[in-house]
Amino acid sequence: MQPFKSLDAVACPLPLSNVDTDQLIPARFMKRSRADGYGSFLLHDLRFDETGAEMSNSPLNDPERQGARILVTRRNFGCGSSREAAVYALVDYGIACVIAPSFGDIFASNAVNNGLLPAIVSEENCEALLNVLRDGALTATVDLEALTIWSANLILSFTVDPVWRTKLLNGWDDIDLTQSYTSVIANFAKADRERRPWMQPSERPDSQ
Amino acid sequence: MYTPNRKHVTLFDKVFDAHVIVEREDGQCLLWIDRHFLHEGSFHAFNKLKERSAEVARPDLTFGIEDHYVPTRTRDLGRIDPAIRGMIEQLRGNSQRHGVRRFGLDDPAQGIVHVVGPEQGLTLPGLTIVCGDSHTATHGAFGAIAFGIGASEVAHVLMTQTLWQKKPKRMRISVDGELTPGVSAKDLALSTIARIGTGGAVGHAIEYAGSTIRSLSMEGRLTLCNLSIEAGGRFGMIAPDETTIEYLRNRPFAPKGEAFERGAQYWLALASDADAMFDHEITLNAAEIAPVVTWGITPEDASPITARVPDPAQIPDPARAAQVRDALDYMDIKPGQSLTDIRIDRVFIGSCTNSRIEDIRAAAAILVGRKAKVPGLVSPGSMLVKKQAEDEGLDRIIREAGLEWVDPGCSMCVGMNGDLVPPGERCASTTNRNFRGRQGPGSRTHLMSPAMVAAAAITGHLTDMRLLMREPVPARD
Repeated sequence: MQPFKSLDAVACPLPLSNVDTDQLIPARFMKRSRADGYGSFLLHDLRFDETGAEMSNSPLNDPERQGARILVTRRNFGCGSSREAAVYALVDYGIACVIAPSFGDIFASNAVNNGLLPAIVSEENCEALLNVLRDGALTATVDLEALTIWSANLILSFTVDPVWRTKLLNGWDDIDLTQSYTSVIANFAKADRERRPWMQPSERPDSQ
Repeated sequence: MYTPNRKHVTLFDKVFDAHVIVEREDGQCLLWIDRHFLHEGSFHAFNKLKERSAEVARPDLTFGIEDHYVPTRTRDLGRIDPAIRGMIEQLRGNSQRHGVRRFGLDDPAQGIVHVVGPEQGLTLPGLTIVCGDSHTATHGAFGAIAFGIGASEVAHVLMTQTLWQKKPKRMRISVDGELTPGVSAKDLALSTIARIGTGGAVGHAIEYAGSTIRSLSMEGRLTLCNLSIEAGGRFGMIAPDETTIEYLRNRPFAPKGEAFERGAQYWLALASDADAMFDHEITLNAAEIAPVVTWGITPEDASPITARVPDPAQIPDPARAAQVRDALDYMDIKPGQSLTDIRIDRVFIGSCTNSRIEDIRAAAAILVGRKAKVPGLVSPGSMLVKKQAEDEGLDRIIREAGLEWVDPGCSMCVGMNGDLVPPGERCASTTNRNFRGRQGPGSRTHLMSPAMVAAAAITGHLTDMRLLMREPVPARD
């Protein structure tokens, strides 16, 4: 995974609350292979009408916001299903940071596992940032080391779980870390079997 | 670490602590995972294994279940959309390659993962259970830590049987008193979400407690825990008690004989200590809860059926007023209109929320001897629920009312298998999400209990089921 230190990019306002994962990527696209990229499905039904034509009032279709890598939105972003495809759609579209007052728990951990920063700002700061973008600011700078966001004349701080911050700054993947504990895990499993013999499923797995 | 003698400990902490393999200074814990359920969506995770030429660490603790994409009107894969068939075939291929036990379409125990796990006794108290599905908290009804995970985490569990987690905060939702006739666990769950909001439990593990919860059946508890994520909670739990133990005895995968008794002793000791501390406490009075319906596009947009649709002009908070305006616009309903004046086009009874035998019985009790004014689908949660309902004659009641009785799967809750609500249509549904387009592009969803959906089917509009209540349908011998 690529480390995330700071990002200076076009920022797109999405002034909606509760943008759920069914909006981020409608279920009907989830049969596709990731190899082709999920970027074109991002917020599909808010971007395209029934005929597939772009809707001009959709923020991501604003010609000035093309190439956006930062999304600024309202509370409870990414609520709903655990589909990591919602994060794939954002990442494949080019988004590397979403700024909001709160995130769905599963979405946020999926985001970090894909190098996407879920930056938490206060409701008040979120509205201030949405306002400067509405008033014409095009870009924002997100500094993960300093936990700071700049846009136009606005400077504000954000939070992210310290564990996630370290992971993002270093581009770490959990699997590599976990595999350094292989023998500790094996010892735990052995001791646990003595302590909780009832845990093991009582039927043997079928050979299907 | 596992410290059996600590005091003031919550149910969540007792189960969590028993699974900590490593605790880092920053609070990250490497947790042992006891059960991992997979469905067709697991292909992303298996692709990650392939990239690393990795194997499944513990196939004996991993179970594949065909539910998200399965057809409900045929079991013949030759007759369905090849893209959908491909999803099922990928799960079959991956399960076979890695020696994972699979509940496939040809299995007499197939069904929705959150129905099958408990039914088979794979779900037990005191376990950690994960699945790439946000409704995994359902299994918390047994006093397990059960939670939805994304594809990267699915791959991590497949490869290591562990996950890194930081302890969430703890929230207790206490409900006391008796639910009035016709009021179900679904009404209790929707009322709670309306009270705390869809983000109300973000960052928290919920424990449901109180006399009302203790008197719920396992089916009711499963419905309640299922909807935890709709309040933002990744975890929802209920302390194991005699109801839990009796449900599990003799289930196929549950421990047997002495191992079961030893388990039962352990499980009953998991309840939160009397003086356990929670970060948040919410209390509800069961007697005040009425049958509830949603009118908007998030589950918090819920009101008692006796109420009117809210008027954004009367809402002081401008952000909330804007949301309600947007919701009513999408739903095409008027501010201030009676909820019971909302006409519907079809109904759906099913999903991991409400497809268990009690749910089918509750719907049949309203439908018996009546005709539905709108079409609808009834999809029992598993082949075992289907068989039991048929043994009780409930399928006949449902068919005679004019509704379709089909096979189990996630079906019209999410529409992945092609069971869709057509654009612009309004569906009364026992499912869990009324998000924009959830049941199909342009669809409009009203969430409610199975009995409320049955009542809406009979009248063609949202209806207080209490007006149609009768004696329960007698079981047919």
